[in-house]
Amino acid sequence: MDQKEIDQIVEKYAGEEGVLIQLLLDVQKELNWVPKEAIKRISERLQVPLSQIYRVASFYKSMSLRPRGRHLVNVCLGTACQVRDGPRVMDRVSQVLGINPGETTPDMKFTLERVNCLGCCALGPTVKIDEDYYGKIAPAKVEEILEGYD
Amino acid sequence: MPRLNSPAELEKLREGILAKRLPEKPCISICAGTGCLAFGAKRVVDAFKEEVKRQKLEEEIDIKETGCPGFCERGTVVTIYPEGICYFRVQPEDAPEVVSAVKDRKIVDRLLYIDPVSGEKAIYEHEISFYKDQKRLLIGNNSKIDPKNIEDYIALGGYSALAKALSQMTPEQVMEQVDRANLRGRGGAGFPAARKWKTCRGSPGEPKYVIVNADEGDPGAFMDRSLLEGNPHSVLEGLAIGAYAIGSPQGFIYVRAEYPLAVENVGIAIKQAEEHGLLGETILGSGFNFKVRVHRGAGAFVSGESSALMTAIEGRVGEPRPKYIRTSIKGVWDKPSDLNNVESWANVPLIVNNGADWYRSIGTEGSKGTKIFSLVGKVNNTGLVEVPMGIPLRDIVFRIGGGIPEGKKFKAVQTGGPSGGCIPEQLLDMLVDYDELAKTGSIMGSGGMVVMDEDTCMVDTARYFLDFLKDESCGKCTPCREGIKQMLNILTDICGGRGRDGDIELLQELSEVLRDTSLCALGGTAPNPVLTTIQYFRDEYEAHIKEKKCPAYVCKELVSYYINPAKCQACMICLRNCPAEAISGGKNQIHVIDQSKCTKCGTCFDLCPARFDAVKKISGEPVPPPLPEDGRVLVRGKE
Repeated sequence: MDQKEIDQIVEKYAGEEGVLIQLLLDVQKELNWVPKEAIKRISERLQVPLSQIYRVASFYKSMSLRPRGRHLVNVCLGTACQVRDGPRVMDRVSQVLGINPGETTPDMKFTLERVNCLGCCALGPTVKIDEDYYGKIAPAKVEEILEGYD
Repeated sequence: MPRLNSPAELEKLREGILAKRLPEKPCISICAGTGCLAFGAKRVVDAFKEEVKRQKLEEEIDIKETGCPGFCERGTVVTIYPEGICYFRVQPEDAPEVVSAVKDRKIVDRLLYIDPVSGEKAIYEHEISFYKDQKRLLIGNNSKIDPKNIEDYIALGGYSALAKALSQMTPEQVMEQVDRANLRGRGGAGFPAARKWKTCRGSPGEPKYVIVNADEGDPGAFMDRSLLEGNPHSVLEGLAIGAYAIGSPQGFIYVRAEYPLAVENVGIAIKQAEEHGLLGETILGSGFNFKVRVHRGAGAFVSGESSALMTAIEGRVGEPRPKYIRTSIKGVWDKPSDLNNVESWANVPLIVNNGADWYRSIGTEGSKGTKIFSLVGKVNNTGLVEVPMGIPLRDIVFRIGGGIPEGKKFKAVQTGGPSGGCIPEQLLDMLVDYDELAKTGSIMGSGGMVVMDEDTCMVDTARYFLDFLKDESCGKCTPCREGIKQMLNILTDICGGRGRDGDIELLQELSEVLRDTSLCALGGTAPNPVLTTIQYFRDEYEAHIKEKKCPAYVCKELVSYYINPAKCQACMICLRNCPAEAISGGKNQIHVIDQSKCTKCGTCFDLCPARFDAVKKISGEPVPPPLPEDGRVLVRGKE
């Protein structure tokens, strides 16, 4: 991680109050996780205790304190997806990737997460891989979709 | 763009925009909301742009990427203006035909909506059963607006309510209109918006803050997303009017992290409104200053709670605090802060423009105006539905929603998300408003309406919500943190066939504790899904506990899959596709599931051809023993 990157993000919010969460979201987006070094640097720059930053970063689901895979697979288990076989889609993804929700494949290719509603409820069950949304997914289709990512 | 310095200049701009636009010029409006994007709307948009270019019609035909018109089930939705012709399930390959038809003012028959009951084709929105019974005051304009272009909103009369409020009304008059309209909070609890406004205005401390709650955490609800994505200016206009009434110079829009498109569109909208002088310093020359900032959430359901949301805006962990002092008195940085939901704010311009009496004419005694529901789950026409308060629930599910797919039997409607409850068939004729929903033990919530059919297990549904809440509980107060966990343990046991006599009563007892002693509404309403399912579907609980049977064949540990040897045609389909390799057999060898290997994924059940119908789900009874290995040869023609 480049310290400059973090500094740039911090400077974007210079003079604004209550920016810690926004800042961490930007770090997450930029680096795909929130490394310890970034937390340290933010602490120095904002003069906020490390513990407070760690607390925020560990509270929110969007922030990951471990490196994430190149592709983030979000399987939606919101209510609408739940009643439309979402859990079976999750089982299948989990099986194909060989990891449980919250884990990353050893080759750092995929991270699998459960999400509690993507807001595409009319198309359940849905899966979001990076920025791509897939609606009305059948468990049998999962493998084919995942193969499309490298 | 020069700033607008008076309401008259806004009107002039509006006239200018309208004069520029030829009413007869065709416009292909393509839904690019998150729902249709999941169906590949981006490719559809590109294909149409490409095609218009290819046919050299760029001057003759406009293309507009819009927000969600609601009928997500049939995406990608394309509407042709000025006629208002609706095309559904449009694919990129359809572009040449549609563009040619638009040019020749013809209709592409095959993309029209076909009524599943009458079999008749419908051309216009008002002919389609899904739209017919709706009253779309808030989302009706979505298909006419490019959310990234403020001119579209202004062309439809946008910001006229703000201009009216600033130039013709005092803050008190605005407040009085909203009060008399009896606008109740659309986020869940239905608290009268004007009462909050008044408290906030009257509380000591400056500056005061106004906030849009777009956290929309309830799984199964997406109307706020669609409003913010599709018509962000309507929310901004409402917010600015509220800020004027309350006397607030600073607004926040708290959007959940899972809605990137909403964040993008509302950000663009704020920028454009500022450039036009519709936000910022001395709006429309009135001397009223108001700025808006977007705050992205970071994935925490509890942060949608008012005090938690405000803590998050301050940049701290979004946890609730005890509310002896309400947030309208002490909120963000301990200043008076008014928080309303996206949909509530979007109603405000309508009330200011049309008056409280007009607004009061829609809805029921206690609930005025319309409500947007996201009608999802096991229903034919899924999507966003905006209806007047007081419409029968049956009409929503069966007339607008078109009933249950595949001829299955209706079981329940879940409203209000994890704080709500399940409404059974015998209550289908109820009229939907805040008070009637509360009587059933459920709540309006933000408007999620998840339809469940005979294949949904109600015990599993209750378990699902508690599992969700267990993850989302912030852990600050003991009743919520520990109570939800214990209730979940009991429900997991029941679903796993380990339920015991007395479990139901224990759940009820725990529910009371949670309801009475939790710090915030997350814990306080957490028992609702459990209590309503016990109240209306007690027999399902008892079947799980006493007979170890899941009547809906959902709870994995209580269900087995079995291949009926009398029906199996040894077609190898299930055998080849079984991900657990649990099926043995071969050509002319009747297939058998090895129960010890079976993961109960249901693939065999899904794939067994309907004409064979050999795979069966079994619950509450033992699986018949497999045929002896030497007796599995299939003798064809026997049947």
